[in-house]
Amino acid sequence: MNLQFVADGLAMGAMIGLGAIGLTLTYSILRFANFVHGEFIAWGAYSALVVANSLIALSPKSGTFGPFSFGWPLLIGLCAAMLCGMALAQLVDTFAFKRLRVQSNTIVLVIASFGLSLALRSLLEFFVTSQPAYYSRDIQMAVPLGLGVRVTPDQLLVLALAVGLLVVVHVILTRTHAGRAMRAFSENPLLAEVAGIDGAAVVRMTWALGGALAAASGVMLGITVQIRPAMGFDMLLPLFAAAILGGIGSVPGAVVGGLMIGLAEAGGVQLFGGSYRAAVAFLILIAVLLVRPNGLFGRRP
Amino acid sequence: MTAPILEATRIVAGYEPGLPIVRGASIVARAGEITAVLGPNGAGKSTLIKAIAGLVLVSSGAVTLAGADITGTPAHQLVRKGLAFVPQTENVFAGMSVEENLKIAVHILPKAARADRLEKTFALFPDLARQRQLLAGRLSGGQRQMLAAARALVVEPRVLMLDEPSAGLSPKFVASVFAKLVEIRQTGVAIVLVEQNVRAALAIADRAYVLVEGENRHEGTARDLANDPDVAALYFGAHAERAA
Repeated sequence: MNLQFVADGLAMGAMIGLGAIGLTLTYSILRFANFVHGEFIAWGAYSALVVANSLIALSPKSGTFGPFSFGWPLLIGLCAAMLCGMALAQLVDTFAFKRLRVQSNTIVLVIASFGLSLALRSLLEFFVTSQPAYYSRDIQMAVPLGLGVRVTPDQLLVLALAVGLLVVVHVILTRTHAGRAMRAFSENPLLAEVAGIDGAAVVRMTWALGGALAAASGVMLGITVQIRPAMGFDMLLPLFAAAILGGIGSVPGAVVGGLMIGLAEAGGVQLFGGSYRAAVAFLILIAVLLVRPNGLFGRRP
Repeated sequence: MTAPILEATRIVAGYEPGLPIVRGASIVARAGEITAVLGPNGAGKSTLIKAIAGLVLVSSGAVTLAGADITGTPAHQLVRKGLAFVPQTENVFAGMSVEENLKIAVHILPKAARADRLEKTFALFPDLARQRQLLAGRLSGGQRQMLAAARALVVEPRVLMLDEPSAGLSPKFVASVFAKLVEIRQTGVAIVLVEQNVRAALAIADRAYVLVEGENRHEGTARDLANDPDVAALYFGAHAERAA
């Protein structure tokens, strides 16, 4: 076993962590497991593809940044994807979950989210077919980092971008009123209302942040792997595993959980082969639920 | 006697439609006074102040704050109008620092006023000022009640309503929490205190109401009620006999 899995695992883990933040926030603030979250990833990745390809068509000489496989069109595409993730999340809440929250119990919300996820995935497949797509078809050479580890420049950039976004999220949650309001509402909704926090505004903020981060993680996944309509659905298992491993409601937990799942999956692939990638996340999920159901940083219910 | 700041009139309220817990109770609170709401278990005391605070649906009756109708206003808007509420349990954000607990609340004030209010509140609660960065979940029971009251007071409300602040506290802490309420009364805020601990509540209150089965049964000055043998015998049992 060589250390290559550490590089691959960290890059994958950072993307899982980003996606899991939204999932853990939705879970702790709206109190249900949201399966639509995977679709924010896929829709985000495709909206970046559409925007980037349109910009490249308008300006064919846009080129790429240094050793990376993409240039400014994809960066603009990333911003557009995050906005699209936010908008899609708001739409989903306004037209489906908002009413169901008032009328129904958690299980109805979970099943509705499952159905909505299926519908959104099929709609996406209808428009873009199930064929994989790529932001760039250029082949990237992996550069040796020593100790037998090789990484592509794109992988390093994705890792840096993920770290940057995590810092931004940390600042939002700990230094801004909106972030504190989200933490307060997630801990104790009744006390939050009494303290003057508008629950509806917190819910909007949660969807916006979760949708934007999921879309960003979709673009990163597209840069380093590929883009498919089912890419978000396939990410759900590692996302849930990361959120539960870290402890539901804990943002640092989601990040640490994401990195651990990423590393474990990459290690598992190296030891047992690629077919067992999903099984690793599953095994960790089951083990955590049995041994430490509150996760690493979770509160006792 | 000053004019009433808070008036709740013939309130009917409960958690489920058709099953009212409060059945026509009325209370009045005045600035610079402590108004105690007392009564046996299940009398609807807590439900009454939760209904006033916008947390339980009021099916009939009216609540006015300084003359303005606030019946049915959501809780997060009431605090902006000057009505602060401290729940009985889970009344601090345990996962946040002492300072963050206050910062969350003070945010409803204009930006220029926030820092000043924060410092004035810490001046009123020196124990908390020494532990600004401590997680609220690590405070002792008495200190948590202090933080819960400080969180409500940091926005300089006109009315402060507390749901059984003595619950679960040792006698020593009860005394210090109640002494603090007396100190807070001097700032001119109207305090509404729901209590099981009748003796301690009547000792600091100016006026009191006794609720039974969701209705007013007795009301008057705290001194009169403390000396009323009917009140003692009927509703407070051994607790009040010890007090007498």
